[in-house]
Amino acid sequence: MWTPTIRVQSDDFNPDTETALLTHRRTDIGAIINFTGFCRDEAGALSCLEIEHYPGMAETEIHRVADEAKSRWPLQGITIIHRYGRISPGARIVLVLVASRHRKAAFESAQFIMDFLKTQAPFWKKAHHVGKTQSEWVDAKLEDDNAAARWRVEE
Amino acid sequence: MKALYFAWIRERIGLSEEDINPPEDIKTVDQLIDWLIAQKECYAVAFANRKLIRASIDKVHVHPQASIASAREIAFFPPMTGG
Repeated sequence: MWTPTIRVQSDDFNPDTETALLTHRRTDIGAIINFTGFCRDEAGALSCLEIEHYPGMAETEIHRVADEAKSRWPLQGITIIHRYGRISPGARIVLVLVASRHRKAAFESAQFIMDFLKTQAPFWKKAHHVGKTQSEWVDAKLEDDNAAARWRVEE
Repeated sequence: MKALYFAWIRERIGLSEEDINPPEDIKTVDQLIDWLIAQKECYAVAFANRKLIRASIDKVHVHPQASIASAREIAFFPPMTGG
């Protein structure tokens, strides 16, 4: 049995290093999906994002989402890293690596994990703008709730 | 119990955490918010838009009607925007 690798950290991560760790001495993996989320700027207005998190609960919620993905799809490995603190435009924020025998499970479960991370993991983004002292909290999007809701299994 | 506040709720209250001692007739998360609002103006400002308030008890998401009876740590925060 394997357990998902989950890290919540302020430091940057290297997707290649994490992929190498996940595939080390493995010959049974058929597919890896690497989703990397970046800090996006539009028209040079963003100075940085400040990401606040709830220590302890952030890790717990990510574990819960990873375990749910593991129970729904035949997976061989999961690595999820989410950063907090000040993040500059162009820098990495989140990494989701999913390994499985076949691509369908890897594609679907990676999307599932991201949809649930957005709505269930306690992180909040604040946008600092170039040349302004005022900063603002990023609003949650209805489309993110809808994206998570579509995975709901009818009981 | 310990109360924790995050993001703009934390900023509006001016605290990231504090110990609170609600009376025994406060049973649910919703009632706790009402009680806090009655204590001080800053809570009224922070909790003004109830639709945007999320809560957790001992680091697990809960509904507004959840019981706070055995809560050690209750957190209030806006909808999450990670990822």
